[in-house]
Amino acid sequence: MMVDVTLWAGLRPLADNQKVVRVEARTIRELLRELEDRYPGLAEPIKGQVAVAVNGVIYRNDWSQELPEDAEVLLMRRLAGG
Amino acid sequence: MSFDATYQNKSFNSVGTRPLRPDGVDKVTGRARYGADFNMPGQLVARVLRSPHAHARIKNIDTSRAEAVKGVKAIVTAADLPDLTDGDAGLFAILDNCMAREKAMYDGHAVAAVAAIDQKAAKAALNLIDVDYEVLPHVVDVDAATLPDAPVLNEKIFTQGVEPTPTMPSNVANRAEFGHGDVDAGFEQADLIVERSYKTEQTHQGYIEPHACVANCNPDGTAELWVCTQGHFVYRQNCADLLGLEASKLRVTSSEIGGGFGGKTHVWAEPVALALSRKANRPVKLVMSREEVFRASGPTSATSIDVKIGAKKDGTITAAEATLRYTSGPYAGMWAELGAMTSFACYDLESVKTVGLEVVVNRPKVAAYRAPSAPMAAFAVESAIDELAHKIGMDAVDFRIKNAASEGTKSSYGPVYGPIGIGPTLEAAKTHPHMSAPLGENQGRGMACGFWFNFGGQTCTDLNISADGTVTIAVGTVDVGGSRASLSLIAAEELGISYDDIKAVIADTSTLGYNDMTDGSRGTFSTSMATISAARNAIEVMRQRAALMWDIPLEDVYWEEGHAHAAGTKHGNRAPLSVKDIAAEAGNTGGPIAGHSELVADGAGVSFATHICDIEVDPETGSSRVVRYTVIQDAGKAVHPSYVEGQYQGGAAQGIGWALNEEYIYGEDGRLQNPGFLDYRIPVCSDLPMIDTQILEIPNPNHPYGVRGVGETSIVPPLAAIANAVSNAVGVRMAHIPLSPPRILAALNEANG
Repeated sequence: MMVDVTLWAGLRPLADNQKVVRVEARTIRELLRELEDRYPGLAEPIKGQVAVAVNGVIYRNDWSQELPEDAEVLLMRRLAGG
Repeated sequence: MSFDATYQNKSFNSVGTRPLRPDGVDKVTGRARYGADFNMPGQLVARVLRSPHAHARIKNIDTSRAEAVKGVKAIVTAADLPDLTDGDAGLFAILDNCMAREKAMYDGHAVAAVAAIDQKAAKAALNLIDVDYEVLPHVVDVDAATLPDAPVLNEKIFTQGVEPTPTMPSNVANRAEFGHGDVDAGFEQADLIVERSYKTEQTHQGYIEPHACVANCNPDGTAELWVCTQGHFVYRQNCADLLGLEASKLRVTSSEIGGGFGGKTHVWAEPVALALSRKANRPVKLVMSREEVFRASGPTSATSIDVKIGAKKDGTITAAEATLRYTSGPYAGMWAELGAMTSFACYDLESVKTVGLEVVVNRPKVAAYRAPSAPMAAFAVESAIDELAHKIGMDAVDFRIKNAASEGTKSSYGPVYGPIGIGPTLEAAKTHPHMSAPLGENQGRGMACGFWFNFGGQTCTDLNISADGTVTIAVGTVDVGGSRASLSLIAAEELGISYDDIKAVIADTSTLGYNDMTDGSRGTFSTSMATISAARNAIEVMRQRAALMWDIPLEDVYWEEGHAHAAGTKHGNRAPLSVKDIAAEAGNTGGPIAGHSELVADGAGVSFATHICDIEVDPETGSSRVVRYTVIQDAGKAVHPSYVEGQYQGGAAQGIGWALNEEYIYGEDGRLQNPGFLDYRIPVCSDLPMIDTQILEIPNPNHPYGVRGVGETSIVPPLAAIANAVSNAVGVRMAHIPLSPPRILAALNEANG
């Protein structure tokens, strides 16, 4: 399944200045792996700095989450809280 | 994740009730054990030497005279905390902040520490540590730090997030941009535009209990730490990383906590206490004084924010833009980025753009404070929204309702919203009696909205059923705001037993799997999922035990209302077995009965609130008093409504202090002038009215009971609600927080010529 992933601005220089990257993935884990393979510079931020928004729900840890058809997917910075 | 977290609309027996809090008696009788209440035989007392300079190169530290003081057992400097961070910039910032290495970066920065047999010897030794400083130019103001002639704090900082990367270092560590649409085209369509700059001053979380710990390093490589923290597993990892310990050999036990609000998500002195203990080979107790807490533990950012919003005469916002500059202390942070993400989150905007700039300054390292960064952004945006509503001639609530985000709205920070509560909180405000109550002389009314993300995280929980049928829940998320009560209610709900038969405790790091810390309003959200899961696992065990007791197939046993039932009629008219019945036989049916859960709680529901505030201003002195305050917030599901209301009230109280009085005041020399509660004034009971609350429950679709976090959002609207109220009371737009009497008086004098 092909998914369009929107990268936050800080990641774009690490991904050939792409804002949206189209990848084939069924889960968040596959999506992140595909991004890392294509853009090795993304490996470092993906290791501990990203959260993934799938259809508006923000996932910080659950990389097994399946991606629904036509899902809206954004890579976001992992948030801090009080 | 095997646990199905989907919301199930069901009625409750225990959840939603208001039993007595389990920690209440201990806390009001003084029995509760806080960080400083723990002691070990033979423990030493630690004191920290702190830089008196805002910015200074450390040329040399000579500890020889101090080491000669009778009773001194160890002295540590940065040399005793070698850099083991392996290129991890975030971890290095924590290390450098715990003990200055090449430079002291702010007034109060630790440069050395002493462990001695008593306070007297430790203090005497501090006075004899000779530090040779080369004082450097400093900058503490957020705007001054961005000027071309500002002293550069760190020659290695080149602004990230701009293309091409700058060739000159600066104090702007990062630029982050969010938004969608075309703001220029949007402003073209606007009939009216409001554009204004705002400032907020640095505040502290103001928790009543200072940081405190007892550290004990053993010669065999094991260590223990008793500490007041919001996250003992995170403290364990940070301390292990910084000291080169194995995480599993460092046992961290969290104490009762006298407030944290984000400030206890970060290690400040704990690695130093461990380093002292390692060197002295004795337990070391380190308790920060109030002055040290102010000077050297993480406050909020000070901010400078520019906002521009345009709207049509019918009240439709056509474009919104903000540039947010946030101080992060001397190290890069992501505080402006959070402000940029949250600033317009309440609204459905066709064109929006926000830019966050992280500014390093010679102030303490910023830490999270309850919905970090959102209150300042909300102050600026909600002030401008109010001003625009006035200009258009629309009611402030109606204007917000017209532009409020709803399910399906693309948020200003990117994702599309699911079911959310901003619209319902505004509708509730519109019809709330507070909104139509008459105002007295010199009084003004303001309202404002607020947003916070909430999040979940890694969670591990054990549920053990004793032979008498009572239940213990062991959780690894520190109870900051009442989670022991809410988790007990949830276990009672799932097991079908009484709340009084359940005891929730916070387990230490050696007795339970890893748990993220209590932040992001995740305590009850995450741990309730793990508790539900653990309870259901325990029920599965009890079904098996009932099947053995009855000698019938497992599939013929079902669980309902706290009892195992034999299904159908083929097993005769067997009386259902209660938890107590099954527990009493546990020893002969397979041994102890327990349920365990380890999971990742994701899918936290975003949270919105609307606040209403009435304020009275004395036009002669500029003094102001909040006379009525109402909080309306979506909880998803209020597990223990009294605690939820307490969270709403607490957040509002802290926001009121932030809005009216609290601020870090620095002298020309870069030294903090008011590191104490006499000169840094947080609200006390007599400053506040009864804060009314209204709980809305719009279920979070990603939690079985619909729970959202509730702890943080309540501090987001108060700055703006109060500023709007004061502005309406005095007829002058107030754009600089705190609205202290001198600042209000100056605005009045300026307006009156």
